[in-house]
Amino acid sequence: MSRTNFATFGNELYSGKRSYPFVARRNLWFLIAGIALLISIIIPVVKGGFNLGIDFRGGSEFTVSSTQDRDPAIGERAVTDVVPEAVPRVTNIAGDTMRVQTERLSDDETLSVRDNLAGGYGVGEDQVTSSYVGPTWGEDVSRQALIGFGVFVLLAAILMALYFRTWKMAVAAMAALVVVMVVTAGLYSLSNFEVTPSAIIGFLTILSYALYDTVVVFDKIRENTSDMKTSTERTFAEQVNLAVNQTLVRSINTSVVAILPVASILFIGAFVLGAGTLQDLSLALFIGIILGTLGTIFIAAPLYAALRLNEPELKEQEEKVLARRSLAAASA
Amino acid sequence: MPRTGPGTAAKRTLVWLGVLTALLATLLGAGAHWSTASWSPRLALDLEGGTQMILAPRVQDGSEITPEQLDQAVEIIRQRVDGSGVAEAEISTQSGQNVIVSLPGTPDAQTRDLIQASAQMEFRPVLTGGPGQAAAAETPTPEDQLPTPAAEPQNASDPNWITPELYKEFEALNCLDPAALEPAEEPAPADEPMVACEPDTQGKYILGPVEVPGTDISTASYGLERSQGGQTLNSWAVNIDFNDEATETFREVTERLYAFGQGDPRNQFAIVLDGQIVSAPTTNAVIPDGNPSISGSFTEESAAALAEQLKYGALPISFEIQSEQQISATLGADQLRVGLIAGLIGLLLVAAYSMFQYRLLGLVTIASLVVAGVLTYLAICILGWTENYRLSLAGVAGLIVAIGQTADSFIVYFERIRDELREGRGLISAVENGWRRAKRTVLASKAVNLLAALVLFFVAVGNVRGFAFTLGLTAIADLIVVFLFTHPVLRLLARTKFFGEGHPWSGLDPSRLGGIPLYRGAGRLRQPGEGTVKPVAVARTKNKGATAEAERRLTIAERRRAEQQKALAGRTGSSQKETNE
Repeated sequence: MSRTNFATFGNELYSGKRSYPFVARRNLWFLIAGIALLISIIIPVVKGGFNLGIDFRGGSEFTVSSTQDRDPAIGERAVTDVVPEAVPRVTNIAGDTMRVQTERLSDDETLSVRDNLAGGYGVGEDQVTSSYVGPTWGEDVSRQALIGFGVFVLLAAILMALYFRTWKMAVAAMAALVVVMVVTAGLYSLSNFEVTPSAIIGFLTILSYALYDTVVVFDKIRENTSDMKTSTERTFAEQVNLAVNQTLVRSINTSVVAILPVASILFIGAFVLGAGTLQDLSLALFIGIILGTLGTIFIAAPLYAALRLNEPELKEQEEKVLARRSLAAASA
Repeated sequence: MPRTGPGTAAKRTLVWLGVLTALLATLLGAGAHWSTASWSPRLALDLEGGTQMILAPRVQDGSEITPEQLDQAVEIIRQRVDGSGVAEAEISTQSGQNVIVSLPGTPDAQTRDLIQASAQMEFRPVLTGGPGQAAAAETPTPEDQLPTPAAEPQNASDPNWITPELYKEFEALNCLDPAALEPAEEPAPADEPMVACEPDTQGKYILGPVEVPGTDISTASYGLERSQGGQTLNSWAVNIDFNDEATETFREVTERLYAFGQGDPRNQFAIVLDGQIVSAPTTNAVIPDGNPSISGSFTEESAAALAEQLKYGALPISFEIQSEQQISATLGADQLRVGLIAGLIGLLLVAAYSMFQYRLLGLVTIASLVVAGVLTYLAICILGWTENYRLSLAGVAGLIVAIGQTADSFIVYFERIRDELREGRGLISAVENGWRRAKRTVLASKAVNLLAALVLFFVAVGNVRGFAFTLGLTAIADLIVVFLFTHPVLRLLARTKFFGEGHPWSGLDPSRLGGIPLYRGAGRLRQPGEGTVKPVAVARTKNKGATAEAERRLTIAERRRAEQQKALAGRTGSSQKETNE
């Protein structure tokens, strides 16, 4: 789309000449969201959970960087030479990086495996990274993430309710947020992406992004609906819909701009480094930013309109608008 | 240009931003010149290479650990790590339950064991003592003069505990050698004698078996000493409170030790922590109530330190390694390089997209990002210097992610300006009006960002903290830049011919934005009502069928006309003035 077209697109959205029925078709979006939610809950149950990273399972992990050799057998031998009964998982994660995962090894075993790996793959010892994760670490991470999720949602709900001076906006925003989180989790389960502490950070950051996006759109909704009591121009639902359309260009631009650096980490990281902090973080963010934007447009805003439609004042206002319209239509 | 007004205000704001940046840079420069600051950020272990251990403290009776106990745990580990001679170790707590130990390089097995070992405090009677240096190698006590046990020891103070081997060990011990002051890896058996140094006095002792374990301490405190008459004296004392069981034992012990009389080394008992003697006070009285008080040449600080150490005794903490990472320096450097390349490419993509969307206005975005980047960089360097903040890989990820979030503030602002232009305002008032509205949105949404960063930071586990920190830092930098740079620059640009007249390349071309400018530059003013008829007409002809749609547009046109007239009435004066600048 050329710039002129895009600007025209923006103009048409702004004036209402072009308008997408985000609010009017809300039941369709809610149905889709409901189905997505259901699937996202069912998949992990059927599949028996997530592909948890080593931090949640506990174990030892070695990463060999800058190796010419990519034969997994070397890695397997390096482990079984030291611990014969071990069943190591050796993968070439990206480029010239090999990863060896195994059950928890003792200190001495870890050192021997490290030496074996360095020797086997022909790299210096300083190119072998080892990590060891205790059995309860994953629980700690999960618990803290849940606490973080709870605290953030609570504080953000209070902040929004105070800023917008209506709890209904807060409720709508939080509902959209929950959908985004659950569906992101569902996608993780479906695609078998590894859940690591970094992915969890990404997950928590999605909260921030999704809410941030919702606040911007809701701000416009508030502005558009501030004179609802006196205006008979549009019904409340139409006014909300116009706000969403008017901020659509912003939503698209914001998402693109937010996604570009994340995608850059995701793809460059994937080809050079393979899984790691950067990769896991950006993958969660990549999915979350897209879902977060969609969640604001298709769930948060329509839901807010739906929550308020039955307020007597707004119903009265809607009648006035419709009456004026039919009058205008009759006279036309 | 008038002396006052938005243009001057904008220039003044930019000057303030310059002053702020210069101050930060000067601070860092001064720090780099006279102190330990550096012009590059300090790197965390995952970028620099090294070992990071996350330890969970475990109290022996399995109870939850309190923040106070956690602080003690950190103190215990710090003493051990410092004692083992590892330089530049960093020990900190995390989310109120873990201790993080970061060491450069790979620690040897000894250091690792030491860090994990549980702290053991015990009270042992002194059998004999002496100055700390080792007996000269040529003149050890001759074999035949070594003390030999004559019988089975009767009690813990019995000299019969001293075997020739133990005495030789005692003689060879050199408490002036720092190596001897390392915390013991293996605690000495409780039912056997041991030799130990007292680091504070550089004395050494042979100690009998444990008489009271440190776990029998209920609590310890310090305060000004009281005379027997109850008067407060001007010297500091440390007060121990034993539990019931130890009260009885300690009474028996002090009875026995007191009987030796002043001058006999066996009058002393030693408080041993991690194999080192914390204090070896003499017994001045029988203590029947389990509340001994240690007095001596304490300062307030040394009394506080001893009381603190005695509390360790009440709290035998051991540590369980939750996760341990040994990151090779090569991998760290690789990750940093990839992270930076990804960040740079991300930045270029964002710059390209902004130019594509906003034409030359995109340059303002890029310049703003650069200013935000400079401020963030300076802040990270300064925090690295003053707060020992280290940039981790997750932190780098946070910085990269922040590019998008920072750019969003500008998008919100630019879109608001465009909205105002679409309403038919001139650029100067569009910038002012757009800012008024965008400001609130930006503040509200950044508050959400900051909130998320704070929550992440405080409940963080593992490497989340670095990420949360940079997210928060960039949110603040973003606010500074939007207020002190982007907005003033736009105010100034709005007064240039290029932007003010809506050059097609400016990104603010009103004709493309569908607005019919109220003010069209070069002093021409649109007459009220002019140009507003057309859209209505178009709307009517194009969409005959959709009555509601036409209705909606008609009302927009109506509203716009009304607004324009209102705006014109209120603004003609100022527009004129601006025109004449």
